[in-house]
Amino acid sequence: MVAQYHHSLRFDVDRCDGCMSCMRACPTAAVRVRKGRAVKLADRCIDCGECIRVCPRAAIVPLTDQMADLSKFECKVAIPSPALYAQFDTEIFPGMIFSALKQCGFDYVESASPACDAVTIATEIFLNEFRGQYPLISSFCPTIVRLLQVKYPEMVDQLLPVLAPREISARDAKLRISKETGLPPEKIGAVYITPCPSKIVAILEHPGMQRSHLDAAVSICDLFQILAAAVSRVQESEFRIDAVESASGLSWSFLGNLPRSLPAENTLSVAGLANVIRILDDVEKGRLRKYRYIECHACPEGCVGGCLTVENPYLARGKAIKLQQSLPAAYIVDRQDVEASYRKKEFLMDEYLTGRPLRPLDEDISRAIFKMKERDRILSDLPRIDCGACGAPSCRAFAEDVVLGEAEKDSCVFFWQRDLEDRIEQLANLVRIQKQTTGGLS
Amino acid sequence: MMPEEFESVYQVLGKDFSNAGKVSTSIKDTLKRMGINPSVVRRVAIVSYEAEMNLVMYATRGKMALSVSRDAVTLKVDDEGPGIPDVSLALQEGYSTATPEMREMGFGAGMGLPNMRRNADEFDISSEVGRGTRLFIRVQQAA
Repeated sequence: MVAQYHHSLRFDVDRCDGCMSCMRACPTAAVRVRKGRAVKLADRCIDCGECIRVCPRAAIVPLTDQMADLSKFECKVAIPSPALYAQFDTEIFPGMIFSALKQCGFDYVESASPACDAVTIATEIFLNEFRGQYPLISSFCPTIVRLLQVKYPEMVDQLLPVLAPREISARDAKLRISKETGLPPEKIGAVYITPCPSKIVAILEHPGMQRSHLDAAVSICDLFQILAAAVSRVQESEFRIDAVESASGLSWSFLGNLPRSLPAENTLSVAGLANVIRILDDVEKGRLRKYRYIECHACPEGCVGGCLTVENPYLARGKAIKLQQSLPAAYIVDRQDVEASYRKKEFLMDEYLTGRPLRPLDEDISRAIFKMKERDRILSDLPRIDCGACGAPSCRAFAEDVVLGEAEKDSCVFFWQRDLEDRIEQLANLVRIQKQTTGGLS
Repeated sequence: MMPEEFESVYQVLGKDFSNAGKVSTSIKDTLKRMGINPSVVRRVAIVSYEAEMNLVMYATRGKMALSVSRDAVTLKVDDEGPGIPDVSLALQEGYSTATPEMREMGFGAGMGLPNMRRNADEFDISSEVGRGTRLFIRVQQAA
């Protein structure tokens, strides 16, 4: 049975010119170039969006929702990622962005900060009471969850089973609006304003949950132009006072958001997939047992570095820090309330996360061993310079593709050239022998 | 048909801290591609990492030979190095000869060899002072 995975990227064959930039950038070797076009290997792709960043022809299209798609909802509530605020100049406050979002067609805007603070407290309670295998790994980034499912399936139990703030925001917003308006919750569309495409996958696949409370995700970069225009029209009198943000809520948007209840030497913060992979390799090898919690972001610097943002991640982080200084340092939710909800399991995942390891070379171990030997034999014939001309990101990946019957050995230009040279030599030898026997009469 | 066995030999250089850990990562990725049971992979990952780090920290050079069959994953480690004067002492939890530099890197809790033995189904060690150390580790595949 071939499992169906949801993805948040589409490769546009008309725009792709087969330049291989995405193939080289992909951290999970999920891209091949076949017949001059990039192709995605669905089981390997973890929706990190690195390919979107590097594609020079905008041929990789994120499958986030467009504003026009949202008309199906009777009532629309926007839930902005805290990374949204960091896209604007520092004199633009969240209250102005709230008003601007309403001008863009949202009926309500829900601040993510209360949920961020609540989830921080819930995480502290969970860590305090946890008696299992350390380190625990953060689960708010959907790409990190997918990375573990695919590449480290035996470590999915170490993902923190606390829900992401965006889900809590969506749930609370729907309840509140439903109460206010009398609309049934299913008529209310909760729309995440997202810095990356992976949230789409999290909505469709809702790992750890029976269903997602979010209904759609619109990207920051798609929305930015109309939102920025709307911001410039906002009058001071229209500032929304319901834009209740907290300094700690904002810290979810960049690297370094760690539970304050744990000693610093028992926590780690990692950003950027290559770095995360190195750290998870170490966890797997048992090296990082003294750590209790590892915060992992797929994007450089965290969500402010999302591939669907508009500002440089480092400038965005600076702006987020500046904005934090003008916000209350204390949590904007009541710790006792959160603890009570936590006891009612309102912050915990209600389904187990499961691994979805890559299909091995063969389901039968003996045959897999045979194929692995074959892979190494082919690899020893290859130049090992990872030139990519064959359409695979490395000689190793190419050798594996050949063993799996997904590529022809002759696609390697070096192998082909050497083969040709051998044949020319054989022919020259034949000619020489012929000349010797005929005495050069021909 | 001959029972299939996959073999691969990896060279490790002593004091090569910038590459330390790469062999065990490669071993673990290879096992995963062969569809080896995840808990076996994890045990071999732990064992091979400890072995690799011991080589890097103490030996001049050494090699790690991996072999995989239907029944088991075997790792043979062979190094040229100072050897271990008292093997039974080195196998005790908490016993360590790590230098301050090694401790700074998070090693030297005296758990290396005991940890390897705990994760192995078969474990054998022999050492000659002034020549080197040999390890034999076998992790059984679940029947």
